[in-house]
Amino acid sequence: MSISIAQLNKRFGAFNALNNINLDIPEGELAALLGPSGCGKTTLLRIIAGLEWPDSGRVIINGEDKTQAHASHRGIGFVFQHYALFRHMTVFDNIAFGLRIKPRRQRPAESVIRTKVHTLLELVQLDWLHDHFPDQLSGGQRQRIALARALAVEPSVLLLDEPFGALDASVRKDLRQWLRTLHRELHVTSIFVTHDQEEAMEVASRIVVLNKGKVEQQGSPSELYDQPANAFVSQFIGQTNVLDSHNHQHWLQSIGLGDDAHPGLVAHVRPQHITIEKTPTGLPPSIVLKDWQHLGAITRVELTGTKPDDGLPPVLHVEMPSEHFKQLQLFKGDAVNISIKQVQWFN
Amino acid sequence: MSTQIIVEQPDSTAAPIARRLAAQHDSLWVKYSLISLTLAFCTLFLILPLAVVLTEASAKGFAAYRQALVNPDTLSAIRLTLLTALITVPLNTVFGISAAWLITRFKFPGRSFLTTLIDLPFSVSPVISGLVFVLMFGAQGWLGAWVSTYDLKVIFAIPGIVLATLFVTFPFVARELIPLMQEIGKEEEEAALSLGASGWQTFLRITLPNIKWGLLYGVLLCNARAMGEFGAVSVVSGHIRGLTNTLPLHVEANYNEYNFAGAFASASILAALALVTLVLKTLLEWRQAQNRR
Amino acid sequence: MKAHSIIPGFYPTLGYTLFYLGLIVLIPLSTLVFKTFELSWPAFADSISNGRVLSSFRVSFLTALAAALVASVFGGIIAWVLVRYRFPGQRLLDALIDLPFALPTAVAGVVLATIYQPNGVLGKLLKQTFNLKIAFKPAGIVVALIFISLPFVVRTAQPVLQEFDTSMEEAAASLGANRWQTFLRVIFPNLLPALLTGFALAFARSIGEYGSVIFIAGNLPFVSEIVPLMIITKLEQYDIAGATAIALTMLLLSFALLLLVNLLQRWVRQRSGQL
Repeated sequence: MSISIAQLNKRFGAFNALNNINLDIPEGELAALLGPSGCGKTTLLRIIAGLEWPDSGRVIINGEDKTQAHASHRGIGFVFQHYALFRHMTVFDNIAFGLRIKPRRQRPAESVIRTKVHTLLELVQLDWLHDHFPDQLSGGQRQRIALARALAVEPSVLLLDEPFGALDASVRKDLRQWLRTLHRELHVTSIFVTHDQEEAMEVASRIVVLNKGKVEQQGSPSELYDQPANAFVSQFIGQTNVLDSHNHQHWLQSIGLGDDAHPGLVAHVRPQHITIEKTPTGLPPSIVLKDWQHLGAITRVELTGTKPDDGLPPVLHVEMPSEHFKQLQLFKGDAVNISIKQVQWFN
Repeated sequence: MSTQIIVEQPDSTAAPIARRLAAQHDSLWVKYSLISLTLAFCTLFLILPLAVVLTEASAKGFAAYRQALVNPDTLSAIRLTLLTALITVPLNTVFGISAAWLITRFKFPGRSFLTTLIDLPFSVSPVISGLVFVLMFGAQGWLGAWVSTYDLKVIFAIPGIVLATLFVTFPFVARELIPLMQEIGKEEEEAALSLGASGWQTFLRITLPNIKWGLLYGVLLCNARAMGEFGAVSVVSGHIRGLTNTLPLHVEANYNEYNFAGAFASASILAALALVTLVLKTLLEWRQAQNRR
Repeated sequence: MKAHSIIPGFYPTLGYTLFYLGLIVLIPLSTLVFKTFELSWPAFADSISNGRVLSSFRVSFLTALAAALVASVFGGIIAWVLVRYRFPGQRLLDALIDLPFALPTAVAGVVLATIYQPNGVLGKLLKQTFNLKIAFKPAGIVVALIFISLPFVVRTAQPVLQEFDTSMEEAAASLGANRWQTFLRVIFPNLLPALLTGFALAFARSIGEYGSVIFIAGNLPFVSEIVPLMIITKLEQYDIAGATAIALTMLLLSFALLLLVNLLQRWVRQRSGQL
């Protein structure tokens, strides 16, 4: 089911949590609401779920206006940040809850419920835990049970609040892949909230970047990375070198970027858009290699200027394939020449 | 830490370590004198009074004890005490659940003020708690005339005793549930509602199982106070033997008439009630700790 | 009024809570204030400035103060012993701390009077060895109030000690503090707000206490008469106006005291960074 948000506003007292939000999430997407903490992403998710109400604006699920609908009539499944598993029920009873509380006429027979719960437990690969209590599970297991519980009522939309937030780094990595695979199998329109751009890039097919209650940009991960709409998105998604034309004007001009077409603007240069080569010996060094880190397939290089007033930022980050770096045969303190392949200008 | 000490003072490693331990642990003489002090104080103030109730009650032998208990006035006092608890505890329990739900599940202006108001009866002297009902329903009270036209008796009658008891036991259940439900949070209830449960289903299947031990705990304390209240009830009861004397008032009446056997026989029932309360309370605390693990 | 919430029951619980609160607590309590307004100012002043009434206020406040102080010291020690040490019978003792909460006050009063009266178990002993009389003196009131106060202090200090981060003690030790310095500069400042709360609760309860006191107090005018008893005495003399005036004064005084202690507590918390 597709989800649309139109002109949505929400205030908490004097605090403007959400400011004229407009969103479109097509059917079958796995979308991420990405932003720093306090940006309003969780509030937006809870409004979509019907756990909170907007001050104005509309929530449209599959073409129907659901702004006033109760959470249980929206066809959503919600996975809470801390899972909110019912602590006095076994894993099995937790998953069966949504089915057992249906009005008698709609309630499936207990045998049907049983089959369904076991199918879901197999889906999340935890059938052997069915008689355990939430207390006895690890964080990753609780997360998967919470997901199974939400799926039991066959929601048309799945909403997940910081699904990996409370997990260890290693568990998080596995679960990200698992969620992607699961989404491919089920094809349920899903939205998850995260503050981790790497996580959003890895898992989501579509990312909505929120900041201070506003949508900064929405699009596919590559769109966001390659064509950031503004400085916030450019800095939030991936690494970037920030050079403002005031402090770094001298240097920008020296490499042919400081033209008058961009007065007062800020240049963003991705680390992989800088290429370096060894300066032939004999010439006076202007930029030297300060340090480098081998990160596997790529190597991150830190460059710094030699003169204090040359207008260079304290550190310029460059990334290149490790193979290439090896061929350059550079050592700390070596002088280098650089060229910039691509630059983006923002206010 | 210890290696550092060894490096600094290679010749005497034992002394600094001992000194370090001494800084984290009380020396034995401090420990044993504090334990002795505690035991002495508690013996004097807690164990001795309990022992005296039991010895005094049995001082005149079992026959006298039994005689004092089957006395019609004693029996009527027991009945009135039970009746009062039977009315007040359920009423205050329903209120406690309602107030805790309101305060922990919603945000609204005046919420913390409301919490303060609920605790109010705890800071009012029992005598004043009784007095306010005399002022309302007594002969000169503003409802006194209205009450007498319908020939109702409130003061110096059972309704007055019930009202005064309701007042003094008012906060017990709410006070127990509010912090508990605050701590549990509302996520589980939100989860149940988002899965399609109705409000009642959510309360019965999610909230109640989560709070049941805390609720029982509050009910237990409420009941103990309802059965044992003296000051407030004393003001409104009128002390009519066999009619408006609760068990604590019956103890007083016997004691003031130098009928010590009778006083301590009734007191022993109340002391037994206190002990049962303490045992159940300890069990419930243990259950709650298990539950919240 | 409320922020929209998915959780149902806001208006029913709000309505019921306010209705019941009003019916059982607020309307009856406000009667006290309205009744006092019916009094003329001179009549009001007269009934509380009477010598016997004034001395009952003095007795009530001084005995409550003394009892709350003693209970705070011993309650603090008992909480420490219960949390930090292990000894046989400890759990039993822990459960018994609540006896004053659970035991009806009339029973406590009768028992304490029996113990401390001149030929009671302790009364006789104290009289013979120290020529000390407790029962039917202000000292007897203090004893009864200590009994009542004890659990308030222990039960507020205990959780703080239980949750006390012992690595702070280790840190103090590693920085060279001895045990006494550690206690005085690390443990005690963290415990103080809880002790103050316990003190305030004990004090507030003691001032209004009736049942456990009247049997042991002897109720001698100007010597061992407490304010709650004065109220009852006035009522029995059908001096409802007098009883009301004393009651309202006492209520306001104890609220003012509670407020004062709350402010003090906030100040201590701020100073020790526990906001």
